[in-house]
Amino acid sequence: MIIINKIFVNCGDANHFCDKNQYKEATFWEKVRLNIHMAYCKACRKYSSNNEKLTKLVKNPKVFSINQSSKEMMKEQLRKKMSEI
Amino acid sequence: MSINSIDPNTWIDKYSDYLFNYTIVRVDDKEIAQDLVQETFFAGLKSMKNFKGEASERTWLISILKRKIIDHYRKINSNKGKAEVRMSYAGDANTEGDWLEERVADPFDSNAESEIENTELGLAIHNCLGKLPKKQATIFKLKTMQGFDTEAICNDFDITASNLWVIIHRARTAMAECLEKNWF
Repeated sequence: MIIINKIFVNCGDANHFCDKNQYKEATFWEKVRLNIHMAYCKACRKYSSNNEKLTKLVKNPKVFSINQSSKEMMKEQLRKKMSEI
Repeated sequence: MSINSIDPNTWIDKYSDYLFNYTIVRVDDKEIAQDLVQETFFAGLKSMKNFKGEASERTWLISILKRKIIDHYRKINSNKGKAEVRMSYAGDANTEGDWLEERVADPFDSNAESEIENTELGLAIHNCLGKLPKKQATIFKLKTMQGFDTEAICNDFDITASNLWVIIHRARTAMAECLEKNWF
């Protein structure tokens, strides 16, 4: 029974592994359990494929964001201007 | 009609990325785009009392930004000659041969549609990020877009790793749902 519980995880855990996997932080054992879970769980297969799509979209080189240090600088300048008014 | 309020302290966290994406596809230079966004915030600060609250803050900032982008092009255009487009073939009398063939569009080049899709994608993503709770959005951005380590973020925000994964999970679910409506 204990062994079965170790191999078959619930959907919550499966989602957690799936999230981790998107950042390449899931361990080998977690990936194995995720794949076993996805073999019989349709909802998690869907979640997983959506998750992958999301990662791909966000990683698209055409999506820009300003890096954190420049943002801090901008905030500093804006604060200065605000105190002038 | 609800009256929208205005608060410059939150501008950079909330709107800078959205405005930046809007700008960069129009000026094609990161430095200039960032300057323009910053100028927009300054201009917004100056004319804050003119904000009637009829539009959302973001719409209002975008309308300022549009003027700033136009001004930017006026400025570089007044440097006469530099902004002219020169066709290299026009004055070149001794070029012969494959004139037409070199001008044929390359089918493997990305086409106009995919370009447009990509520019809109940036806006769509930041639009959806703007709808998330602030903490979720910040952490999602740090983790996914700027690739910070789990540990570094945990230390910064003083949370445990499992807290972080819960936040990430909620953010991802919300983002997927939002993008599904607006994008897929």
